[in-house]
Amino acid sequence: MQLALSAEDAEFRDQMREFFTTKIPQEIRDAVAERRELTREQFVESMQILNAAGLAVPNWPVEWGGQDWSPLRRHIWHEEMQRAFVPQPLAFNASMIGPVIAAFGSQELKERFLAKTANLDIWWSQGFSEPDAGSDLASLKTRAVRDGDEYVVNGQKTWTTLGQYGDWIFTLVRTNPEVKKQAGISMLLIDMTSPGVEVRPIELIDGGHEVNEVWFTDVRVPVENLVGEEDRAWDYAKFLLGNERVGVAPVGATKRALAQAKEWAATISTGEGTTLLDDPLVSTRIVELENELLALELTALRVVAHSADGKPHPASSVLKLKGSELQQAVTELTVDLAGPASIASGAGDDSDLPWWTRRATPTYLNFRKASIYGGSNEVQRQIIARTILGL
Amino acid sequence: MDFNYDEEQQALREAVRGLVGRAYSDFESRRRTVAEDPGFSEKVWTQLAEMGILGLPFDEEHGGMGAGAVEIGIVAQELGRVLAPEPFLTSVVLAGGLVAAAGSDEQKVGLLGDLSSGASVLAFAHAEPGSRWQPTASAVTATQSDDGWTLAGVKEPVLGGARADLLIVSAALPDGGTGLFVVTAEAPGLTRDGYRTHDGGRAAKVTFADTPADLLGDEAGDRSGIIARVLDIARIAACNEAVGAMEFSLETTAAYLKSRKQFGVPLNTFQALTFRAADMYVSLEQARSLATWASMVLDSQGGEDAAVAAARASLGVSRAGRHIGQEAIQLHGGIGMTAEYSIGSYTSRLTALDHLLGDGNHHLGLLAANVSGYDEVDPLP
Repeated sequence: MQLALSAEDAEFRDQMREFFTTKIPQEIRDAVAERRELTREQFVESMQILNAAGLAVPNWPVEWGGQDWSPLRRHIWHEEMQRAFVPQPLAFNASMIGPVIAAFGSQELKERFLAKTANLDIWWSQGFSEPDAGSDLASLKTRAVRDGDEYVVNGQKTWTTLGQYGDWIFTLVRTNPEVKKQAGISMLLIDMTSPGVEVRPIELIDGGHEVNEVWFTDVRVPVENLVGEEDRAWDYAKFLLGNERVGVAPVGATKRALAQAKEWAATISTGEGTTLLDDPLVSTRIVELENELLALELTALRVVAHSADGKPHPASSVLKLKGSELQQAVTELTVDLAGPASIASGAGDDSDLPWWTRRATPTYLNFRKASIYGGSNEVQRQIIARTILGL
Repeated sequence: MDFNYDEEQQALREAVRGLVGRAYSDFESRRRTVAEDPGFSEKVWTQLAEMGILGLPFDEEHGGMGAGAVEIGIVAQELGRVLAPEPFLTSVVLAGGLVAAAGSDEQKVGLLGDLSSGASVLAFAHAEPGSRWQPTASAVTATQSDDGWTLAGVKEPVLGGARADLLIVSAALPDGGTGLFVVTAEAPGLTRDGYRTHDGGRAAKVTFADTPADLLGDEAGDRSGIIARVLDIARIAACNEAVGAMEFSLETTAAYLKSRKQFGVPLNTFQALTFRAADMYVSLEQARSLATWASMVLDSQGGEDAAVAAARASLGVSRAGRHIGQEAIQLHGGIGMTAEYSIGSYTSRLTALDHLLGDGNHHLGLLAANVSGYDEVDPLP
């Protein structure tokens, strides 16, 4: 057992810190720090800077632009990026379809897509969930029927995050309705400019336009856009969602958010020379959150240090569950710190209220999603109960 | 950075698990042992001595093994898993730790040698009625005369105080500060009224009436800093013991949910129950991370960082211990209330560990008082 990073890993951390804080434009990092919506151009610029330095897709195979890093270094890379308020590489590209194509796609698909995916020359959207297939994803109904050298796709996807920016969408479709529901699913890559694809925005409770419905009406997709084998995509989806779970314990980002909350608490006067941070009800709440985050970070490090042998650590399921809860708890704390100013969510930059108070409630409302996406926390509890506790 | 136990540490775990498992994995034998004074098995204590466990933290020149906090944590976890009643925490880590930190060379050789060999059981007489979890003493006072030092006042509860061969006693010094003293079991003016504690342990009211005492160390002086430091070391060991107890509680609860049938089906058919078991797992792993980390902090540096690590681990383990202990009983139903079945005793022990050296809110208060003193918590040195 050894708590300190090795000299090499510490140097690696310093390199990452230096890169993220000096090479990514300040205005992009400020936008992340201030919870502003990023433009498509900002996402692309940031990811292309990372990619040019080999830092966009380190989790990919080396021949396709990945890095031969230990799990610990991948963890350090991820944490330092969040710490510096650098937008993370677009998950749909970097964590989802890229690794799937690299693992299961044909050589032709790899050559056609992977480099452009790493560089965000193609913006991918995710076509998995449907109105009647959320946590029960295998119940999806979107049909793909073979017609010569093409599939004809009909159906509807939903919760397509940032689908308004999407160039292509990786889509789970039912190719065989006659077999067990998991056994008849295929993955198709669909050009979103194809005739019959329609993206409709969904307005969320925070007032933002983050997710969409995507409708497919007789969309014709060339058979070479099939990933892997027909009817085998449930395995690919499980592989992909496994990757997704690793990325959704945002320890570094939540730590930064909590540190910001402390600074903000210290700016709000509660009387003669005291601030909200001096209020024991506030300071103890902060310390409890810091402590749970500390435990989560350590649990993540245990998982990282263990995963060298390839098998996931049983405690990894804790990360999504606890990570989302703490992320949400910090957004809730921030609303409470803002107090009456939290109501002024519609005020513009000419408001006398600090920006963080005005953005507190939309952020809080927006992050209710965190315990729902990527396998809801109830699904995580089910995984823990079944696969770890054997219940 | 490495969170894996090495081969020697694994071997230590296996050895201790084997020893205390033979003695106590049958819960009935643990019940029989704690029913009789002194509340633990002298035989198991001797076996622990033979294995080197009672000298684990002490320097080799003082009869010990020179092991670190991670090794202490491994032993504590294994004792916690079977609720072994032997006073490893209070006698070795706490009282022995004080001798190692404050004793003279002669005392270290003598007292720690006897402790390590099993010849002598120590207790730390520190808690006083009307105060809690301070590193100082006020109700017991020390007086110096030409004949040496004497103590007066009451310590209670003193864990293992009736059985102990030697007491390490904290006392207010005439010129201020808290000193440490050694009192023998036969000392005149020493009265020990022993009783059982709810977790099967033993404690005592210890009264000093002009009781002769030897200074721990070569000269008198305020030892509250040393007491605080050793209390932190013991807190981290207690956290590890609690992790062992929580781990076993969850395993037992999960096994019960699979075997117990109601309404014609096993209890694990009910998601209302399995989800709660899943939450217990989250609490356990979060607590395990903190306890392991605090042990590593202790091994890698001293001083203030170790105090903060002890407070953070104590806070997290306190919260987890209550959660897991309460749910373990609830998910068992009525059987969890009985003394005959093991699970309630685990909750009782977790409750005792929580309150022995400072509960969650105590540490929360300490940490919150300094919340503006740092930006964020970085677990790495």
